[in-house]
Amino acid sequence: MKQHKWRFILPGLVIFVVGVTFPLWYSAVNSTPVPVLSLDTPVINQLQNKECVEDKAFMSADHMKMLHAWRDEVVREGKREYTAKDGRKFEKSLTRTCLSCHSNKEQFCDRCHNYAGAKPTCYDCHIIPEEVKK
Amino acid sequence: MNLLLSFVAVFVIAFLSWAIAAGTTASSVLTMYVPYIVFAVFLGGFVYRIVKWAKAPVPFRIPTTCGQQKGLPWIKNNPVENPAGPWGVIGRMAEEIFLFRSLFRNTDVKMIDGRPVYGSAKWLWFFGLMFHGSLLVVALRHLRFFTEPILPCVNFLAGLDGFFEIGAPALYLSDAALLAGLTYLFLRRVVLPQMRYISLLTDYFALLLIAGIAVTGLLMRHFFPVDLLSVKSTVIGWVTFTPVVPEQAGVLLYMHLGFVFVLMAWLPWSKLMHLGGIFMSPTRNLINNNRSQRHINPWNAPVKVHTYEEYEDEFCDKMKAVGLPVEKE
Ligand code: HEC
Ligand code: HEC
Ligand code: HEC
Repeated sequence: MKQHKWRFILPGLVIFVVGVTFPLWYSAVNSTPVPVLSLDTPVINQLQNKECVEDKAFMSADHMKMLHAWRDEVVREGKREYTAKDGRKFEKSLTRTCLSCHSNKEQFCDRCHNYAGAKPTCYDCHIIPEEVKK
Repeated sequence: MNLLLSFVAVFVIAFLSWAIAAGTTASSVLTMYVPYIVFAVFLGGFVYRIVKWAKAPVPFRIPTTCGQQKGLPWIKNNPVENPAGPWGVIGRMAEEIFLFRSLFRNTDVKMIDGRPVYGSAKWLWFFGLMFHGSLLVVALRHLRFFTEPILPCVNFLAGLDGFFEIGAPALYLSDAALLAGLTYLFLRRVVLPQMRYISLLTDYFALLLIAGIAVTGLLMRHFFPVDLLSVKSTVIGWVTFTPVVPEQAGVLLYMHLGFVFVLMAWLPWSKLMHLGGIFMSPTRNLINNNRSQRHINPWNAPVKVHTYEEYEDEFCDKMKAVGLPVEKE
């Protein structure tokens, strides 16, 4: 038991150290740029003041909740109009509102979702206009 | 009293994090330098503790077993509970680590008609296993912040965990299980008088600290969402050694980080070190072969002996002189 216990303990320790430092190795091998969210779409380029439905901080953190609320209100209550905090009016629609401005879904929504590990299943049913046009 | 103190300690950490979030210098120190210090303390402390334990001599196999030892061929033995070879030990360790075999043996005593009656008590095992399992899943899911591109298995795990898609963002089952487990473990200490009697400050503190992490995490996910883009860039900044201050981060994120950092730095020095300790438990990881193999205590001092032969050599003449019988010659 004297020497041979190290035969088990040392490999165990090495596995532990490599395991907890894994993100360091992994990021050394892979390049990890922060995704650039492109706002370069025809509709947004034509906007006078480049604003989303709500302010940017709210949109980036809360848009999933907003979309779910929209969906419930449209499908269950038939209310299709959304009034933003500053009084502008929008149609509550995933495809016709969000994707009309953000028609570059792949360079915008998807980039951020892949980075953050979010997987919206919405497009199982909802269409993506750009792809339809192709 | 212990309970109160540990509540105070957790609130102090929360308050400190809140204060740090308010100051720009303090918050950049917390997000740019403290992670490295904490990680170094965690890793160094962990290795130190393991090596220290490993150095403790184990001269003898400790036979606290729960089954029949291997003996004569017609006696049925239990190869896992009382292992006679390495595979049995591997089985016993796996049962202990993945299934908490020892807790499954937990019993409860009740006085019925003046006689003590023993019954099995599996609640601690059940909630303990649930708590640890969900903690593991939660920790693995956090790899989505630490890896870019995200490991496919991490995304898969998150998908499985949020399978029921309750609410938006989807509720993770492991989060619910974690909270349930924590609640049970905490109430067990508070409600049962004998548990309360033996509970120390650190027992409560460990639970409350983890509860603090879980609650701030859940709040950030479901009630006061944070911008995951800036959170992930911060974390990726740590692992690529180009730390940045998160652009948009609420107080909750700072509290979450504050709790996590305290937990990580404290873990190697606390009872939570059973994370590594379980692998080192001599009553579980040693083959019970005390009877089939001789174990010589390695630090037996060289005892100075004087055998009869040497005695006779030394006193041969004198013994002969007084007529005592000698064996030699
Ligand atoms: C099972 C298929 C399905 C899935 C998956 C789905 N939806 Fe829908 N959604 C519908 C249907 C059907 C309607 C009703 C369309 C209408 O009445 O205009 C709708 C309507 C909506 C509406 C309002 C109307 C509009 O034009 O958009 C929103 C907003 C919405 N869904 C958001 C979402 C979001 C966000 C997700 C992903 C989390 C999602 N949906 C996933 C089927 C689906
Ligand atoms: C009127 C056109 C328009 C519509 C409609 C619109 N957006 Fe935007 N969105 C923008 C602009 C412009 C910005 C950039 C805002 C800024 O930088 O301040 C933006 C920013 C965002 C951001 C933040 C990106 C970041 O950098 O953090 C998110 C998330 C977002 N939009 C999601 C949505 C969603 C979801 C919808 C549908 C509910 C939607 N947008 C509808 C124009 C629009
Ligand atoms: C700033 C980064 C960012 C951008 C840009 C962004 N999202 Fe998201 N989105 C997220 C994050 C983060 C989540 C939640 C992930 C989580 O908590 O697991 C999310 C979640 C969602 C969900 C809910 C997913 C679910 O499973 O219910 C929907 C729907 C969604 N986003 C739609 C959009 C659409 C449509 C766009 C483009 C118009 C968009 N998002 C752009 C970051 C972003």
